[in-house]
Amino acid sequence: MTSALQEYFDATIANEQRIEPRDWVPDGYRKTMVRQIAQHAHSEIIGMQPEGNWITRAPSLRRKAILLAKVQDEAGHGLYLYAAAETLGADRTELTENLIAGRQKYSSIFNYPTLTYADVGVIGWLVDGAAICNQVPLCRSSYGPYARAMIRICKEESFHQRQGYELLMTMMRGTQAQRDMVQEATNRWWWPALMMFGPPDADSTNTAQSMAWKIKRHTNDELRQRFVDMSVPQARALGVSLPDPQLRWNPEREHHDFGDIDWVEFKRVVSGHGPCNAERVAIRKAAHEEGAWVREAASAYAEKHAREEVMT
Amino acid sequence: MKNEWPLWEVFVRGKRGLNHVHVGSLRASDGEMAVRHARDLYTRRNEGVSIWVVPAAAIVASSPDEKDPFFAPSADKVYRHPTFYDIPDNVPHM
Repeated sequence: MTSALQEYFDATIANEQRIEPRDWVPDGYRKTMVRQIAQHAHSEIIGMQPEGNWITRAPSLRRKAILLAKVQDEAGHGLYLYAAAETLGADRTELTENLIAGRQKYSSIFNYPTLTYADVGVIGWLVDGAAICNQVPLCRSSYGPYARAMIRICKEESFHQRQGYELLMTMMRGTQAQRDMVQEATNRWWWPALMMFGPPDADSTNTAQSMAWKIKRHTNDELRQRFVDMSVPQARALGVSLPDPQLRWNPEREHHDFGDIDWVEFKRVVSGHGPCNAERVAIRKAAHEEGAWVREAASAYAEKHAREEVMT
Repeated sequence: MKNEWPLWEVFVRGKRGLNHVHVGSLRASDGEMAVRHARDLYTRRNEGVSIWVVPAAAIVASSPDEKDPFFAPSADKVYRHPTFYDIPDNVPHM
């Protein structure tokens, strides 16, 4: 029986059809998918913090409204993804508890601090830009609910990237101090943004199986290269330099060559020792625990009204 | 205390004249909250003019395991399709 199910699963994947919630899937596929979706959901939720930091200090009402809408989108993205994880049998409360306890990870990028308002712009431009590179191919991921969530998310990320770039263009037209802020923020975020694509292909243990299952469509290095090639002309148009002396066009490869990424730093930040890891998780934990009474009160209210409806 | 709100499936009518279409799910303590959360979660950019929420537990679904036998009555009746019938090209409006 299992082999017939396995054959049906393999054929569905091979025919570029989507796997749907009640289909039989191999345990490894379910585990990989839950891990990837949960990690992605956690990243969206934790990702609200670096920018949320600036909502109360936005430089104008216009920027404040934009930033609020953006952070609200991140919450929405997290919720689409938790819902997708639930279709695989994951328990939503358990996922949050895994995040808080450090049993599941989130993108290392959110462990860096946002020091100036230029960071809000650079996050939109580079961090959301890198996220788009990663996520557009995931709209064709083999797991239906995940692919559908990614379609919604990608549509909204486009607003995120454009508002960031526009913010930076505005600052670049301002004072020298503002231009320096943009350059300084670009210098800090460039390398962490390149790390968002994950370890090099040679060291990526999950890539081969994920590609075979069509969970992933491109390798980490392919996507990273694509992002570098996209970012160079954007940086030029903006009038900032990217902090990499080895970055140059290679006419033979028809791609940009770029310098070595500091994978020691990446491992340090992923394993919990980045500048903000402890703070990010502590804030998420406090929000979860301090919200417990609200969740309980809403349940009690719903239960009471359900009882009253039965009686009348 | 573990206190998980029930799961709701969300259906949105994109505009007048279209069916409600399933867009995803969410958790809420009751139907009223589910509709509000659905508005905030699934219609932040004018995606809908009407929302339905249904308790996920109330949905009865066909089983994917018995997919082939379950849909067999539909597969073997090709005469239900207009292309089953040969009509000469010189017959208009058919």
